[in-house]
Amino acid sequence: MPTADGHLARVLADFRAGKVRGLARAITLVERRDPLTRQLFEALGPPAKSPLVIGLTGSPGTGKSTLGDAIVALSRKAGLSVAVLAVDPNSPFTGGAVFGDRIRMQRHALDPGVYIRSMGARGHLGGLSVASREAVRLLAAYGFDLIILETVGVGQSELEVAGIADTTVVVMAPGLGDGVQMIKAGIMEIADIFVVNKADLPGYERTMQEIRSMQNMGPKLAWKPPIVATVAARGEGVAELKQAVERHQAHLAASGEGKERRRRRLEEEAADLVAEWSRVAARKLVQEDPKLRRRLENEQAPYGVAEAILKEQGARLVPGVSSKEKPK
Amino acid sequence: MPLRIVMAKVGLDGHDRGVKVVARALRDAGFEVIYTGLRQTPEMVVDAAIQEDAQVIGLSLHSGAHMTLIPAVVDELKRKGAEDIMVFGGGIIPEEDIVELKRLGVAEIFPPGSGLQQIVDFLRERFPEEAAAPA
Amino acid sequence: MKVRYKAGSKAEWQEAFATSAKRDDGIETSTISGIPVKPLYTSEDLDDGEEELPGEFPYTRGVHPTGYRGRLWTMRQFSGFSTAVETNRRYHYLLKNGQTGLSVAFDMPTLMGQDSDAPTSRGEVGHCGVAVDSLADMETLFEGIPVGEITTSMTINSPAAILLAMYLAVAEKQGVAFNQVGGTLQNDILKEYIAQKEYIFPPEPSMRLVVDSIQYCAAEVPKWNTVSISGYHIREAGSTAAQELAFTLADGFAYVDACLERGMKIDDFAPRLSFFFDAHIDFFEEIAKFRAARRIWARHLRERYGAQDPRSWKLRFHTQTAGVSLTAQQPELNIARTALEALSAVLGGTNSLHTNAMDEVLALPTDKTARIALRTQQLIAYETGAASTIDPLGGSYFVEALTQEMEDQAEAYFKKIDAIGGVIPAIERGFFQKEIADAAYRYQSELESKRRIMVGVNEFEVEDEDELEILRIDRSKEQGQVERVREVRARRDSARWSKTMTQLGKAANSTDNLMPYILDAVRAYATEGEIMGKLVEAWGLYTEEAVI
Repeated sequence: MPTADGHLARVLADFRAGKVRGLARAITLVERRDPLTRQLFEALGPPAKSPLVIGLTGSPGTGKSTLGDAIVALSRKAGLSVAVLAVDPNSPFTGGAVFGDRIRMQRHALDPGVYIRSMGARGHLGGLSVASREAVRLLAAYGFDLIILETVGVGQSELEVAGIADTTVVVMAPGLGDGVQMIKAGIMEIADIFVVNKADLPGYERTMQEIRSMQNMGPKLAWKPPIVATVAARGEGVAELKQAVERHQAHLAASGEGKERRRRRLEEEAADLVAEWSRVAARKLVQEDPKLRRRLENEQAPYGVAEAILKEQGARLVPGVSSKEKPK
Repeated sequence: MPLRIVMAKVGLDGHDRGVKVVARALRDAGFEVIYTGLRQTPEMVVDAAIQEDAQVIGLSLHSGAHMTLIPAVVDELKRKGAEDIMVFGGGIIPEEDIVELKRLGVAEIFPPGSGLQQIVDFLRERFPEEAAAPA
Repeated sequence: MKVRYKAGSKAEWQEAFATSAKRDDGIETSTISGIPVKPLYTSEDLDDGEEELPGEFPYTRGVHPTGYRGRLWTMRQFSGFSTAVETNRRYHYLLKNGQTGLSVAFDMPTLMGQDSDAPTSRGEVGHCGVAVDSLADMETLFEGIPVGEITTSMTINSPAAILLAMYLAVAEKQGVAFNQVGGTLQNDILKEYIAQKEYIFPPEPSMRLVVDSIQYCAAEVPKWNTVSISGYHIREAGSTAAQELAFTLADGFAYVDACLERGMKIDDFAPRLSFFFDAHIDFFEEIAKFRAARRIWARHLRERYGAQDPRSWKLRFHTQTAGVSLTAQQPELNIARTALEALSAVLGGTNSLHTNAMDEVLALPTDKTARIALRTQQLIAYETGAASTIDPLGGSYFVEALTQEMEDQAEAYFKKIDAIGGVIPAIERGFFQKEIADAAYRYQSELESKRRIMVGVNEFEVEDEDELEILRIDRSKEQGQVERVREVRARRDSARWSKTMTQLGKAANSTDNLMPYILDAVRAYATEGEIMGKLVEAWGLYTEEAVI
């Protein structure tokens, strides 16, 4: 086994040399919440440019991967390099998963300007948003112009992920009857743009109408999410979607909301990191310290112990490697 | 983090029963399977495995082109400096060809009639850390 | 149905059965498809319907009043390998040995509509069947075989229209009129999206091509069976018997709908639609499936579509024994499996039959194993007496009850498919693919836990197996075929070729029937890959929604 530092040095060298393997392995580090992650980012420094991050979310069967594929195709024509991060749920029972998102994007398989990565939303609280946010940051550092973050709109994950994207696109399709589900899941609130895909199928008008009436029920917003009809399989409506994204970007810039979102994102990220670090450390502490365990037993409530850990352990909750030991 | 496996159908045939059943079994064993679909060329499979940072590539084919396509995957891995990614395969492959494929660097071939558990056990043995049975 | 056993005797039997010791081996008693079966069926399991006779609507007991007394089934062994020259030699051998029809197996590049010299054909040329790139190969394939005197079945789908055109062009060269040409084209694109996955274009233009060929044949090649609507591949992909039955018939209805939409009259094309089923190892379930298929088709065609010609009501089918039931372990056992499966097809009233060779799980059959497979059919036909009585299991309490169960399950599936909006939307939603994948996984799990036994695989294994002598395809033949197609391209009249290709391209974007255009291109020695390329230009490629 290579040493941890040796591994990091190799990953960094490959990453900086523009080798896909370096990028892929760096993403694995953040994905498995490796303690080397912090060193990795400190070594890489802030990204030179900030790419556009589009979030794509929708129920299974809406054709969201096909839409992703069509956006990739359009962006490649414009000479942009594109990364796709496809986040899918893992089985809650075994932790396993089968990811099939690449199938839809086969035509880009050998294009060096396209990177596709499947990622499991492993169900650990908050972990997904931290991991995918960091993966997005790595993709930015690697130099992609556009990053597409795909999530399945069936649970909490897409809400977390919405915080990462600059523009969140909610994809729907006729005949799936998922309108009500989406309201329940809070999906209406996160949409910057709605897409009704498979607009060549009967019932698409009705789906458009449903979205419109749901929008009318909600509060009046400075940005009213436009509804774009697409037939992604034939590339139809994708240019219109691109224009809608551009308009949304312009709105973010002009209204100052973009800046606000970025500020909020960083705040969230810091808070998430505190949560993640202290959770990992606290679990270990409780397991190893008989006093804490006894206290929990006596009090039959977690508050006192939680407070004690935060107060007494403070800095020691920050994971292992100090930032001074940067690899060369 | 679970073991990551790229499963692909190389060659022109579309018989995906085997690859899908194995993909499900590997999922149920707690692994992450990236299924890349039908008619993958060796170059596509290797690129996918590198992008996905998979430790393993599983190939399935029934068209009879295994002696051309499976070694092509192994060669492509070498060419891309990724020979640490393990390759296994399954499909209609006669014993004599299995011997030759193993000589060329394929870790294992599972001919028709192999049990799913056999494949899971094989991967757990090769990757004891990543592939531990779920608690 | 009148119960004829003695009063109280059924209760006595039930008591005796309940209190007796029974096998305790944990092995499933449901059918291989998971249909629960009772230990005993009696007259109580029959419905009160009128008794039916063979040759009588709805044909549960067979489409001919004479059964096999009139004519045995066609023994049609599917074969093809390597080059047209070698396959032609095998055809002469099979015809000399008493085979009554030819059935062409094409190699993967041909099935996928690409030429032998395409980069992705590497390693695949001549492996699973014969390579046919152009009319020149088709001419060689039927050298010395009078196509007016035999019938030929061609297993090909996405590029089916092209191979049909090549066959017709060969007939033309042999001086045989199109209306004398008989045979079957698989041409069943829907099951490709559902199961076998040898699709190229999106479903809509694919369906147009199928309807074009049906319409063309109805007018010009009336003895040609235009579509062999196939459950075989659906079953081999892991479906249950009921799914095979339901999905296949649903596909059949979808072709009928598409032809009607084109403006054709039902009785002009329905008699030339035929079917192709799997004969799996669960003996009685298979017999029930075949009987139910005839009944369902007849009812729907007459009652739902209003067909008047009884030929439209009659479901005729080819059967192949189940490739997936064969094992690489103790392969000689495959002879026994195949014989039982073949018998189920015969008892189910199949119109033609292919029996697999014992080594097919390992490679393509050798001359010897191909002969044993054919001899197995001859043995059933001439030694067992199975062909002497029409529908010999008709009236069996068990078989009749299972037949009804099959019909009920199929009807339930038709409702589900209709609710999704039809076959093509169901394909696009991954409905069939999911149902099949679930069934396949269930069966595999049952094998793993030994609730089902595959002899020689998960029970009754032997330590050291003898190696079977298998057919090796000479890999050097690939280069020869590559050179051959290049030679054809270099030698042909390029002005004529170019003209036909331009016209084909235009026609693909119009609503003209494409068959005459394809025929012209084929006559000008356009290759299969070139013709498909033209169509892809117009229609694009299809990729499927992933369903695991």
